[in-house]
Amino acid sequence: MSFRLEPRDHASVGLKLTVSLAAGVIALLLVAIPVVAAGGTPLDAYWLMLQGAFGSMFALSETLNRATPLILTGLAAAVAFRAKLWNIGAEGQLYIGALAAVCVGSGLLQLPPALMIPTVMIAGFLAGGLMMVIPTIIKQRFGADEVVITLLLNFVVILFIQMLVEGVLKDPLSMGWPQSVPLIAEAKLPKLLPRLRMHWGLIVGLFAALILWLMVRKTVLGFEIRAVGENKAAARFAGIPVDATMLKVALISGGLAGLAGVGEVAGVKGYLSSDLSPGFGYSGIVVAMLAGLSPVGTVIAAVFVAAVFVGADSMSRATGISSYIADLVVALSLLCVLVGSFFLRFRVKFERRQVGA
Amino acid sequence: MDVLFDILGSANFWAAAIRIATPLIFGVLGALICERAGVLNLGIEGIFVAGAMAGWLAVYLGAGLWGGVLVAALAGALFGLLHAFLTVILGLSQHVSGIGITLLATSVSYFTYRTALPDVTSPPRIAAFQPLNIPGLSDLPFIGPALFQQTPLTFLALVFVAFVALVLYRTPLGLAIRAVGDNPASVEAQGLSVVGLRVGAVVVGSALMALGGAFLTMSAFDAFFFGMVNGRGWICIALVVFASWQPGKALLGALLFGAFDAFQIRLQTQIGQVVPGQVFLMLPYLLSIVALILVARRADYPRALLQPWTKGQRH
Repeated sequence: MSFRLEPRDHASVGLKLTVSLAAGVIALLLVAIPVVAAGGTPLDAYWLMLQGAFGSMFALSETLNRATPLILTGLAAAVAFRAKLWNIGAEGQLYIGALAAVCVGSGLLQLPPALMIPTVMIAGFLAGGLMMVIPTIIKQRFGADEVVITLLLNFVVILFIQMLVEGVLKDPLSMGWPQSVPLIAEAKLPKLLPRLRMHWGLIVGLFAALILWLMVRKTVLGFEIRAVGENKAAARFAGIPVDATMLKVALISGGLAGLAGVGEVAGVKGYLSSDLSPGFGYSGIVVAMLAGLSPVGTVIAAVFVAAVFVGADSMSRATGISSYIADLVVALSLLCVLVGSFFLRFRVKFERRQVGA
Repeated sequence: MDVLFDILGSANFWAAAIRIATPLIFGVLGALICERAGVLNLGIEGIFVAGAMAGWLAVYLGAGLWGGVLVAALAGALFGLLHAFLTVILGLSQHVSGIGITLLATSVSYFTYRTALPDVTSPPRIAAFQPLNIPGLSDLPFIGPALFQQTPLTFLALVFVAFVALVLYRTPLGLAIRAVGDNPASVEAQGLSVVGLRVGAVVVGSALMALGGAFLTMSAFDAFFFGMVNGRGWICIALVVFASWQPGKALLGALLFGAFDAFQIRLQTQIGQVVPGQVFLMLPYLLSIVALILVARRADYPRALLQPWTKGQRH
């Protein structure tokens, strides 16, 4: 018995779904090893995680609350990666979006909520977008790799935010805590249900996924993004404005990450601080990859990753197993889905050696 | 200007510059070996964390300091092997695999630390490497304290620079490694294994990266902290381009970077009242970005960087 690999020209939707699902399941199964190493029982741990993520209305709300920024940073990564623009800077773009929300929404403008909320969102989108447009221009002008620049900018942005919330933006009423002045009530995103933290940012995220899905399928820009992502030289030869398309992708990608920041400030916290995001930007990359860069898939993958984090927190409180287990699941699912992409490209053919043929 | 001369004139400043440069020397060398063989290793940031944690933990649990260094290198090699399997053997995206390795190595390290030491509030300390006293050299006025009072790992880093340069430019193995990152078809035509060379380079390079992390917990500090690597790995990836993939220039780049960082720390104590501290802390990252932009156009990337190889492939 031997096997050979045949390249596939096309992977079906069913196969892609199977690969993503298998990646999530295998990642969850693999963390049984660290759970046992930490002295826990895997089945109990899984059950507690499931309960913690979906077991009550409160748990479900927490999971969806956590999924909200992940949908947006996931879409940010998905749209950029489709065009082979390696935006690893969603974390920084998220903070810059949040910063713009605070600059516009903490009293500078006085508008009724119906105008104020869109204003804050547009500000956050543009600021986040600009944060990705700059490295893209640097890439086009100077040929400097956007991966390293966006990664390094994440650190610069966090320090910049720290400087502001300890300095000019510091809330004088915060009892010395390094946090910004709060948003005015008109700028805050309403809650979806009373007494739960879920907010309208979730609807924004779902709406963004829908728009992106339509854009990818039905618009010229969507076609151009796909063409640029598949083969830049061919796209340029076919008359597609490659540089302009990349800049549009950068604006959309950074803008979506910026919106994630707006949602966290205007929907959850109400103010800006340098611990606004526990790595939503980086987790967004995993979300996008799990989703096979599909906008609809991003929503599902974001809920999965959010459930892992919320479930692990709750499991950790009950068992004492470190909640870093969630980061392990997320990292493992990224690597599993990467291995899975191998099977999307190749068909494994098993063949029995023919005797005497 | 007086401030400038005060800083540059102190032996303490030069010693700090070399100390800050040491983990970067390891990291840039490691990244350089991987990239010379045609594989971008964005796992570097996580491998730093893994090396820092594994080395420290081994010593904390009773191993000797050099035993800890070995454990760190092995941890790095292991993650390197995983990266090599995904990118070289399966030919998958080097970007995605690297980010995945960074996430995995970081979370494995943090989880292990938390699990091994569940109840500690302040990070436990080990007896870290002490500065060597080299007879004759360490006692020289100014030069001694400036250059020759470093811990053994710093001298090890310098030895590695010479060794890597020697292997790359003076041995058949080095020739093969350089060729495999530039023109893998020519290597295969000679009957050498492209896959074997690349896997080996990534494993060895990753082990070196982990030593950069080990320096942090076993020489620069004597404990492990969350977030202590803080982008040093990414800075190394920028420095490799700055060094045009040459060991000598990598050393120079790391030392320049260390000098700049040591300088800003001292400047901070001088004019820190006027300028917020974060401005100084941003400088290393901004400097890396500027360095990258300045050299990017002229950068002579290994021509097969990022390109997977399948046996018998022709161009």
